[in-house]
Amino acid sequence: MSLPGVALGEPGRRATPTLAELVAAVAGATLTAGDTPAQDRIVVPVRHLADACAAVNEGLNAPLAMMVGLDDRARSGAFRLVYVFSAGDRWVSVEAAVDPGCSEFPSVTPRLPAAHWYEREVQDLLGLAPIGHPDPRRLVLHESWPAGSYPLRKDFDPAAASPVQSPEPPRFHHLHGEGIVEIPVGPIHAGVIEPGHFRFAAVGEVVLHLEARLFFTHRGVEKTAEGRSVRHGLQIAERACGVCACSHAVSYCQAVESIAGAAIPARATALRTIFLELERLYNHVGDLGNMCSGVGFAVGTSQGARLKEDLQRLNERLSGHRFLRGICTLGGVTRDVDAEACRDLLATLERVEDGTRRFVDLLLSTEPVLERLAGTGVVPSATARLFGTVGVAARASGIDRDARRDRPYAGYGGLHVPVSLHEGGDVLARLRVRIDETFASFRLIQALVEELSDGPLAVALPSLPAYRVGIGVTESPRGENVHWLRTGPNGTIDRYRIRSASFANWPIVTMAVPGNMVPDFPLINKSFELCYACLDR
Amino acid sequence: MLHVLRAAIAGGRVTTTYPSMPETAPPAFRGAPTIDPARCDCSAACVDACPAAAISLTPDRGQGRTWQLDLARCVFCGECARACPNEALTMSGAFELATHSRTDLLTVVHHGQSASSRGASEPVAGWQTQPGQSGQENSHGLVGQRGMAAKAERSGQFEDNSGDLGGRLTDRLQRLLRRSLHIRQLDAGSDNATEWELQALLNPVYDVQRLGIDVVASPRHADLLFVTGPVTRNLDAALKTAYAAMPAPRLVVAAGAEACGGGVWQGSYAHAGGVDRVLPVDVYIPGDPPRPQAIVYGLLLTLDRVEQKRSRTEFFR
Repeated sequence: MSLPGVALGEPGRRATPTLAELVAAVAGATLTAGDTPAQDRIVVPVRHLADACAAVNEGLNAPLAMMVGLDDRARSGAFRLVYVFSAGDRWVSVEAAVDPGCSEFPSVTPRLPAAHWYEREVQDLLGLAPIGHPDPRRLVLHESWPAGSYPLRKDFDPAAASPVQSPEPPRFHHLHGEGIVEIPVGPIHAGVIEPGHFRFAAVGEVVLHLEARLFFTHRGVEKTAEGRSVRHGLQIAERACGVCACSHAVSYCQAVESIAGAAIPARATALRTIFLELERLYNHVGDLGNMCSGVGFAVGTSQGARLKEDLQRLNERLSGHRFLRGICTLGGVTRDVDAEACRDLLATLERVEDGTRRFVDLLLSTEPVLERLAGTGVVPSATARLFGTVGVAARASGIDRDARRDRPYAGYGGLHVPVSLHEGGDVLARLRVRIDETFASFRLIQALVEELSDGPLAVALPSLPAYRVGIGVTESPRGENVHWLRTGPNGTIDRYRIRSASFANWPIVTMAVPGNMVPDFPLINKSFELCYACLDR
Repeated sequence: MLHVLRAAIAGGRVTTTYPSMPETAPPAFRGAPTIDPARCDCSAACVDACPAAAISLTPDRGQGRTWQLDLARCVFCGECARACPNEALTMSGAFELATHSRTDLLTVVHHGQSASSRGASEPVAGWQTQPGQSGQENSHGLVGQRGMAAKAERSGQFEDNSGDLGGRLTDRLQRLLRRSLHIRQLDAGSDNATEWELQALLNPVYDVQRLGIDVVASPRHADLLFVTGPVTRNLDAALKTAYAAMPAPRLVVAAGAEACGGGVWQGSYAHAGGVDRVLPVDVYIPGDPPRPQAIVYGLLLTLDRVEQKRSRTEFFR
């Protein structure tokens, strides 16, 4: 897919201007220090929001990491929009106030396509309309939600939001022409998988257009967190997603710990890193099996499931939980991995690595499988860059991006993290990235266990200052999970926004499908292996 | 082709003996929290620590207080046990927690009048454990199992009779379900963990098909609707449509903390707070998520209900 008329940042071709130079070129913009040392903050009048965002995005070659809207009327008399960019190992926030009288803002999406879903979400949940957005339909709240009721406003009354009895049908884009058929699928699917509605416009077997209607599992996670203690917030964070629980927990902890200015003990950061890599392993190995089921290769499916089960049982023995919940706590970890557990860990991993090696050899030597994977579901590098793609999908499209290396957190600072890059952008490339990362994880865990130092498992956090912003990120098996948190008074949460890797990558899935056969959709979908729960929240 | 066959055979047999043989969870596993009333001094630290509002401490009619744990809401995070200053709460290894009725998931401890002034560590007179609501009929007209104590007893029996449990299940399936229980899973807003555990039941380790249980694609082919998630607004219609499409007799299982009682998302605008707010639920499987063995146990329990339900209604018509 090519999008004419959009300039893409090309790193290394020109001298990178400094942040101060960029800010000086935007009318009315002021640069201030952020709430934590890693943050810079640019405050800009709302009419120049798009200029400032484009300047940071293009000038610093900094992808959009997150956008959050908040109801700040009680404190500053306005709503606030914060566009957070990931500039190397720093966060640059572009912030604008939105007058509650008009409740609208000029959309940044025409200049910065990666902002498209964030702005639709802000419209649904905060009632701020992005003027000039190319697709301002509902996103998070479906048609049965009453108009004029916005759950993320502080004065929201749930009692006034009773479902609309006979809602309008959802609006889809339709393709018209001879031989074009529309195939609606979902939200309930044939397998044991999460809900989403997909509409294919196809001619014969070939898909011309795919539209996804998601957010069926929207549970109001972020609103639930507001007003709760930061300690409860951790339990909420690690339940936003079942299968990236550890990544979400660490992202959240890092956001809170950055506000507290706390230094986490070395043993705790190393243990967190081990568990983050164990999470990558059970996900990646399971995904290799799931991709086999996408092509009907039953032996591979079974082998992947067996190896994943081995890893999840290991998780349960080490952490008490098959999905690694409850291992992180604010300031460290809850459990130690003692010498005996380390032996169990290394012995199990040796066995699983051996099994994975044989499984991968089988997979890569089975020609009919490779034929289905090669050239299927291609995401061109330019498209991936434009929409802020993260994780395995980005690296399979040649984007050199991995938070473990780029902004070393937990114990990654002292490790060499190999970043697997492939250029194809197809299902096979995503499979190969997963395979490389799987074997790299075995090495990383071995290195971490060998160098595990003695020391405390956690520190007590000091009491948190009110109305400070912390940002935490981890590279989950699916990509970067970014957590943005603003504290309230007395150690509570004022606003919490989770930008999961799935949120960043879902739009790309629908773009990878046109040109492929309808029956290849499950395979393409599995190759991204995105989660609905932490997208929908 | 030969190398594929060789790989398939080389794997050997990995299938678990559960449920024919009992299985204990690893020591680190966090199962149902258990309270030692003698150590509790009503500090309410557990109430504050619980992220799911599963624990409450309320004044009695007298001067005593009632401590209550709702396993339907419990997310098994262990925060209560970590917060308790007297180590009165511990996370047990119990995972076979499924029940027919939500009231059976309550653990109630009455803190008597005489205890209010006692010190923390000494045994307190006047405590009595009253698990569940003994002897009361539940919504389906059946006498429920009696809470935690009964559950512990039952898992004891389970171990004693372990040899024939798989046999019992097979007998029931052959007699009542014509050798098959067909499950249709429905995600009503889950975090995806319970889905993964249900999928795990189909892997070579759990292989529930050996027990005659299978997962089917259409609700029209299903005996049982396996619902996860707290029933979000955006899925309310889909859940009701799927239930309506099932042939009678139809069973509903609420699996996981979110489906049983809303989990950590208490008070959210976006969901109903549990499956039983929307559909009649036959069996609750607590857990966040329930581990695969806990789901197998819940399905076994459900089959008892099938026996009773079918003998009373359509089956002999």
